[in-house]
Amino acid sequence: MIRFANVCKRYPQRGDALQGVSFHLAAGAMAFLTGHSGAGKSTLLKLIALLERATRGQLFVDGENLSRAPRRRIPMVRRKIGMIFQNHHLLFDRTVFDNVALPLVIAGYRHQEIGRRVRASLDKVGLLGKEKVLPITLSGGEQQRVGIARAVVNKPLVLLADEPTGNLDPDLSRDIMHLFEQFNQVGVTVLIASHDLELISRMPYPRLQLENGRLLNGEIVSKP
Amino acid sequence: MRFPRFLENYLARHAQVALSSLGRLYRAPLASLMTAAVLGIALALPTGLYVLTDNLQRLSTQWDGGANISLFLRDSVATEQAQQLQRKLQQWPQVDSVQLITPDQALAEFRELSGFGDVLDALQDNPLPAVIAIKPATAHAHADAAGALMQKLRDLPEVDIAQLDLQWVKRFHAIVDIVRRSIWVLAALLGLAVLLIVGNTIRLEIQGRHTEIEITKLIGATDGFIRRPFLYSGFWYGLSGAVLALLLVELAFFQLHGPVRQLAGLYQSAFSLQTLSFAETVALLGAGATLGLLGAGLAVGRHLAAIEPDHLG
Repeated sequence: MIRFANVCKRYPQRGDALQGVSFHLAAGAMAFLTGHSGAGKSTLLKLIALLERATRGQLFVDGENLSRAPRRRIPMVRRKIGMIFQNHHLLFDRTVFDNVALPLVIAGYRHQEIGRRVRASLDKVGLLGKEKVLPITLSGGEQQRVGIARAVVNKPLVLLADEPTGNLDPDLSRDIMHLFEQFNQVGVTVLIASHDLELISRMPYPRLQLENGRLLNGEIVSKP
Repeated sequence: MRFPRFLENYLARHAQVALSSLGRLYRAPLASLMTAAVLGIALALPTGLYVLTDNLQRLSTQWDGGANISLFLRDSVATEQAQQLQRKLQQWPQVDSVQLITPDQALAEFRELSGFGDVLDALQDNPLPAVIAIKPATAHAHADAAGALMQKLRDLPEVDIAQLDLQWVKRFHAIVDIVRRSIWVLAALLGLAVLLIVGNTIRLEIQGRHTEIEITKLIGATDGFIRRPFLYSGFWYGLSGAVLALLLVELAFFQLHGPVRQLAGLYQSAFSLQTLSFAETVALLGAGATLGLLGAGLAVGRHLAAIEPDHLG
């Protein structure tokens, strides 16, 4: 599903963020991306979502060569990917329902279909009944779950999460991780960047370990 | 009529965005109204001048349409000869009607209208010449043709003086024409102002919704999707400005309507002010909406590309 072939990313000011990264994450697999801060975790995720372009090398998502994708393809690539961020990136002037519905609105779904899918998605993260609430009134954990509901509402092939548990206490973190496992069980490819080693060491998933922009292990990660 | 599914979806989405943009303006009524007012005034100025000169032009065509040629006959021409001439002129194709005013009739009319009856009694004989008033046929009523006709009439042996009082109408025409042309310059400048005002308003709106744009791009919104609400905002701004301009112009001319009627009445004229016709109203609203759309398009083109989500987490 996600394949990197000798990918390099160099920033004009900061120098090399990623050097010669190669790995393959098979469809339906789940893996953690670890490393100290500044190791290149975020950069790697950005490349997958086309928030950044690789300086060298090739990367494929769902068989599509992203290094060759023209600008107008970017939205379509991002629609295959659900992204979850540490600080949620919610719209605070809209209700939970509207936030979760956004990907569907963008993709041009019909009204009834949107309502059905948003409720299903909120149900999955345990927030059904909070549809009409503004996100600002929710706790950090709940906001994160709204972000997850939004990421999965249009049934993406891939889920990317950047430090999804960064601001949460251990219990809430476990709940969130459990959610990701559930999505993975229905066939979504999941890649989670995290430095919460204590948490992920207790989970049976392979790790891609980055250090100073280089991948230390995990050339091929297939479905467990 | 049944639309294909994708077209129906497309139209529904556009209608939805159009309405939500309108709703956004409605939710900030004061700011929206201020912008619309500025646009309205900018559009009302050239529109008002246009209506004004349109009326002046109509008024002056009424004048030269009623251009009568007066032939003052020589003293030596007797009444029978004058009547003969009248009959002869009546046959001319350029002539609509001919009226003979004998010296006696002229004197009676003058006595009645001028109020100088007593003075006239003191005169020994009638100083007024016979006059033939000619109304040119419609095809010859405008200034140039009437002038040519007058030249021809002047050469008649019975005619002492032929008079066509159209010179000032011509000058008036020329002045109105100049004013009309300068209106287009003014309209172009103020149109540009509308473009810039809408552009700037939309630019501020884009800045205000920076995060939202970033997030929607992150989720996979196309440029078109992000552009659409701003373009509709510009459209609504332009349209509401034009509606306001229309109201301002109608109100201003409504104020003038009564006094102008009264003045026209004093000149025995049925002239009354006319404001914008249906086609002109549609043109004004269309111009406003188009300028709004263009202004928004400029702002969107310049500022949206600059917003790219480049940070995660």
